[in-house]
Amino acid sequence: MKRTSIKITPKKLNLQECYNFVEDDSCGGISAFIGTVRNNTQEKEVKQLDFSTYKPMAIKEMQKIADLALEKFPIHKIAIHHAEGMLQIAEIPVIITVSSKHRKAAFKACEFAIDTLKETVPIWKKEYFSDGEVWVNAHP
Amino acid sequence: MKIQTLFFGITSDLVATNNLELSVSENSSVNDFKILLKEKYPQLKNINSYAIAVNETYAEDNLVLKNNDVVAVIPPVSGG
Repeated sequence: MKRTSIKITPKKLNLQECYNFVEDDSCGGISAFIGTVRNNTQEKEVKQLDFSTYKPMAIKEMQKIADLALEKFPIHKIAIHHAEGMLQIAEIPVIITVSSKHRKAAFKACEFAIDTLKETVPIWKKEYFSDGEVWVNAHP
Repeated sequence: MKIQTLFFGITSDLVATNNLELSVSENSSVNDFKILLKEKYPQLKNINSYAIAVNETYAEDNLVLKNNDVVAVIPPVSGG
């Protein structure tokens, strides 16, 4: 049985797909983290975000996070899906779902997965403002 | 020996390409490669920091490179 679902896609992410992957009769709960594109950063209006990836390595790093989450927490399944390309305000760049017998493990694994993704997975976003664009995190 | 070099995020803007071949001497380490990069592309010092991945895995400075390795310059990531 496959216990991890990893995906990077230029298509719209599908929450139902992530839910269905982790859903199981043996589990008492599913936790989900859904990242959304916010319309401002440091009080400046953001128009859109462009996500670029080092895709083969990003997939490997996402797989490592999922495998590590299965090792560290008593969870049943985990899905980590990330979008690439241009996203508009309120669109969804990332979905993580985790199922477990008891809720705490699902909450913890979900937080661990998104925190680690933001540190290690080679994906970059560029913020577009009305007066230009900026690579996020690139400068102090 | 030849090293396939990939640039991502802000580094591809700074060096104005995302992909090129660099020549390094035999038994060069990742650290030697970083020194070469700094000499060739002084504009890279304008960013915070960057990591190096060799063949799609994060690499330490003391890793020794082989001919035809794929080395990626990874600026601070911002996924999610």
